Amino acid sequence: MTIDVRPVSAVPRWVLALLALGLATQVAWQARRDNGAAAAPELPPAPTVEALRLASFGEREALARLAMLHLQSYGTPDYGRLIDWLEVILKLDPRSQYPLFSAARVYAETGDPARSRMALEFVYRQFLLDPNRRWPSLAHAALLAKHRLKDLQLARRYAQALQRHVSASGVPPWAKQMEIFVLEDLNELDAARILIGSLLQSGSLNDPAELRFLKQRLEELERRLAKEGR
Amino acid sequence: MLVARPVAVLVRSLVLEARRGGLPWLALAAVAVGLGLAAFVSQVALTESRALQAALLAAVWRGCAVFLVATQVTASTLREIQDKGLELMMSLPLSRSTQYLARLAGFAACGAVLAIVFALPLLVWARPGAVLLWGVSLACEAGLVAAAALFFAMTLQQFVPALTATAGLYLLGRSIGAIQAMAAANFGDPSFASRLAEYTVDAIALVLPRLEAVTRTAWLLYEPPSVSAYAAAIGSLVLYALLLAAGGLFDFHRRNL
Repeated sequence: MTIDVRPVSAVPRWVLALLALGLATQVAWQARRDNGAAAAPELPPAPTVEALRLASFGEREALARLAMLHLQSYGTPDYGRLIDWLEVILKLDPRSQYPLFSAARVYAETGDPARSRMALEFVYRQFLLDPNRRWPSLAHAALLAKHRLKDLQLARRYAQALQRHVSASGVPPWAKQMEIFVLEDLNELDAARILIGSLLQSGSLNDPAELRFLKQRLEELERRLAKEGR
Repeated sequence: MLVARPVAVLVRSLVLEARRGGLPWLALAAVAVGLGLAAFVSQVALTESRALQAALLAAVWRGCAVFLVATQVTASTLREIQDKGLELMMSLPLSRSTQYLARLAGFAACGAVLAIVFALPLLVWARPGAVLLWGVSLACEAGLVAAAALFFAMTLQQFVPALTATAGLYLLGRSIGAIQAMAAANFGDPSFASRLAEYTVDAIALVLPRLEAVTRTAWLLYEPPSVSAYAAAIGSLVLYALLLAAGGLFDFHRRNL
């Protein structure tokens, strides 16, 4: 595929000047523009699952994960809308763990207890729809309820749900006896280490991005507890 | 034997035309862009990064394969018509059916090669069996798109209308399931207008391929389909490609050149 071309000198000078000027103006214009990161817009209301399904053109798994990346770009969204989004994305691909992982590990770990509870309740409701696949997020939710919210009753409720509904083989024994685990006198760091360690052992945790994220979270937790003198 | 050789020559010439027209380079560029995109998203994902990469690549490469086949078929067919190459071919001792089907076979072969090119890199992210099923389905899907593009190029004989019609049919095929679900959900009330709209959508669905049920990313991410589901998916593709080929043959036989 070759094209015969004349030398550059055959092009009129005003065309070359126009090309150079156009390129320079374009670059200058775009360089002055905000990249959008500085002022993140408000999270819009979640679409219906039917609308998302239509927009996916049959690629529901890909769109569900891309929608999660899009959701991540909103720093501190309205939690009512956020939960709606997470629910719709999970309906789009019910076998994806991404919405539950984000709810339990990112959105529930906020300093605001009311928002944290909203995210945890979302995890609990969705766990009940598919316990054998969604138990890791509720296990973490139980630990958050105990250590962050200091709500032992809520933690026991989640732990009892795990005990009652999880039946699949390959689930670590502690998850099926979560209530004992919650009641044990472990600090948050030790509990988190045991949870992540057993997830690794059971093969439930093998994604490089998730490993990187959890390692970072453990380090943050260590630093925070060290600062608090525990 | 007398027919087989000219048909093989015609098929080969179409594949050769695609190769010389830069189709392999476009396919390789699509592979490279997809890999770059996958590398980027794996850096921003918090979990399921490998599943995200596989899903994104499968979706992008499926779209690329279909787009490349549709444009190649449309451009090649219309160039042949406009250069009077088709009239020259008609002077050969080959029936119109043989000529049309040989063309379709040549374009379907291009689609199959593209399916192989896009399926092979997915072996990094998914099990070989799942990739094989996905790749075969993509090859059949590309064959269907080739049949649609050939049909529209032959009947409409203009590049933009032919490509638009092919894209419209394909996108409608991929979204008709979602449209039917929306119609069923939103037109739940028993009024005549709502029922009419629901029946209209259902009637349109009867003459469209169900493309959201084929070449599924879920096969790569979760588990391969059951034998019956896979056979139904491939069967529906072959059936619709045959329908388009029959429509194209009907039009081609009636035409005065």
